[in-house]
Amino acid sequence: MTGKTLYDKIWDLHQVHGDDDASALLYIDRHLVHEVTSPQAFEGLEIAQRPLWRKRSILAVPDHNVPTTGLEQGITDPVARLQVDTLNVNCDKYELTEFKMGDIRQGIVHVIGPEQGATLPGMTVVCGDSHTSTHGAFAALAFGIGTSEVEHVMATQCLIQKKSKNMRVTVTGAVAEGITAKDIVLHIIGEIGTAGGTGCTIEFAGEAITDLSMEGRMTVCNMTIEAGARAGLIACDQTTLAYIEGRPFAPSGETWDQAVEAWSDLHSDEDAIFDREVVIDAADIAPQVTWGTSPEMVCAVSDRIPDPAREPDPIRAGGMRAALDYMGLEANATFDEVRVDKIFIGSCTNSRIEDLRAAAIVLKGRKLADNVKLAMVVPGSGLIKQQAEEEGLDRVFLTAGFEWREPGCSMCLGMNADRLEPGERCASTSNRNFEGRQGQGGRTHLVSPAMAAAAAVKGYFVDVRRLTRGEA
Amino acid sequence: MNRFEKFTGIVAAIDRPNIDTDAIIPKQYLKSIKRSGFGVNLFDDWRYLDPGEPGQDHSQRRINPQFVLNREPYRHAQILLARENFACGSSREHAVWALMDFGIRVVIAPSFADIFYNNSFKNGLLPITLGGVRVDQLFAELDGRRDYQLNVDLERQVVTNTDGIEMAFEIDEFRKYCLLNGLDDIGLTMQKSDLITSFELQYYQKLPWLK
Repeated sequence: MTGKTLYDKIWDLHQVHGDDDASALLYIDRHLVHEVTSPQAFEGLEIAQRPLWRKRSILAVPDHNVPTTGLEQGITDPVARLQVDTLNVNCDKYELTEFKMGDIRQGIVHVIGPEQGATLPGMTVVCGDSHTSTHGAFAALAFGIGTSEVEHVMATQCLIQKKSKNMRVTVTGAVAEGITAKDIVLHIIGEIGTAGGTGCTIEFAGEAITDLSMEGRMTVCNMTIEAGARAGLIACDQTTLAYIEGRPFAPSGETWDQAVEAWSDLHSDEDAIFDREVVIDAADIAPQVTWGTSPEMVCAVSDRIPDPAREPDPIRAGGMRAALDYMGLEANATFDEVRVDKIFIGSCTNSRIEDLRAAAIVLKGRKLADNVKLAMVVPGSGLIKQQAEEEGLDRVFLTAGFEWREPGCSMCLGMNADRLEPGERCASTSNRNFEGRQGQGGRTHLVSPAMAAAAAVKGYFVDVRRLTRGEA
Repeated sequence: MNRFEKFTGIVAAIDRPNIDTDAIIPKQYLKSIKRSGFGVNLFDDWRYLDPGEPGQDHSQRRINPQFVLNREPYRHAQILLARENFACGSSREHAVWALMDFGIRVVIAPSFADIFYNNSFKNGLLPITLGGVRVDQLFAELDGRRDYQLNVDLERQVVTNTDGIEMAFEIDEFRKYCLLNGLDDIGLTMQKSDLITSFELQYYQKLPWLK
């Protein structure tokens, strides 16, 4: 018998019923809930008069709609306020754990889960949000679901699932100095494409991955969905255990030892067979910038902007032309000609303490370029904000000319007041550069926090390593 | 959920790959706490020339006359034809609700994003995966023809064009069964609640830290 992949192991552990893999009943351990994709699910339960199966599996938080300034006024947009109020009412009614606005533990749902130790190795984790893939960094099978499935989990603690294919992306060797998790994952998406992982669960492996901190691993798994895969996974190791131990929702004492023992099996067996394998050389990875309207439209900051005339596939070439047109860019231009209007450091991809530190290192002693109209930092949670302030990072950002905001999803998707105006160009640490994502007509370039900070001080895109080496 | 019956419908085509769910239904409309009323904002950034906000009278906005769903007869389209990786991005089920509220019952594409594909079946929307060559052919047949229609027969798993040419498609048996019978899969799972309870008993004995 051949060995099992990590995905096979977690799947088998959670399969309640189903002889085949086409429509198995899968047990769900952790259900994260936010205000946007849950109200219709709660309403469905109420209409059908169905109870909630396991209340303690739920951790809820408002994040998409919350304002990042003027919290003392509450939410001024009445439509958004109703949505957050609805979450509060539902959580109170069903007696669910919720970190409400004003609670220091409130923040982006994919940041607070791991921060609280609510995401544990071997778990199945779901949330009505595609970036649930983030939690795969903990060797947890984590994926985004729609509202009907949110209701399904609430009512039954299970989901009817079709098993995905097994795919492995191995990043061999160590990355060069100054290359971050964001550059690694953008490079991977550039290589395999936005549909490269469709129908698969991707396990990330190799030295460049295991070298990452848990925060870096979360950044990589977070963007798995941008490669088309619902879930990303990284094996459990000492780095994982060290991060989890002592967190509020994590086991302790004797059960901790029991858990650690069980978690030691959370890796793919050596003889496991993957349906698809991709190997990437870490040495090939340079700081990345997206130039188009899909995360696969990405290249090294030192590259020229691609020319559709050189693309043989006519549909792809058409897509490239449309993207360059929307982005207001010329083929073959260099990135130092691309001037930015706004900087956004935040989102479930890059709003953790290490992200803020990485940006602050670049910004220390420097100022925003004159052409930058607005630069903002939105920490991933109240606890991260507090820690950053204890480390003095807020002072670095404020002195450089950044705004220091309250936690939430903010301008990653612009559901609250934080958005781009038509034609504005943004260096953003978020995960999607789709047309209109950060505001109608807005132009998004996805980068790492260090690269966003470098763009903030230069006013255009530059290899951050030139800045930190004093060459630019 | 209604049973999915065989029907013949007008086909509208959007010739671009990677149409994301942000394009299908922009974020500002996700603030609604209802499942209905999203059709008027389907493809909002492409359908209107001015920006829109929830709650406003969208009939007063400037429409983009070039956009397919604003033209006759496509305003009554029931089938949408698109390219690879349709509905990638956000998990928002509002994308499915918006398509259905507009009147779309079937989307044909060479590939779909996984979450959207799942969400579709929960609402009675049928995503049909056809090979890239087949899809190219449909785009070519549709080009310049305003009366282009397709017949969709889920029972037989075929799409038929007006010349009577049939194109077969694959679909998972369980999903087909649920669509054809209009079944609510929460109800189906609840019939297995004894299995879930006995699973939990063993599971938490084995993994007590999760209890």
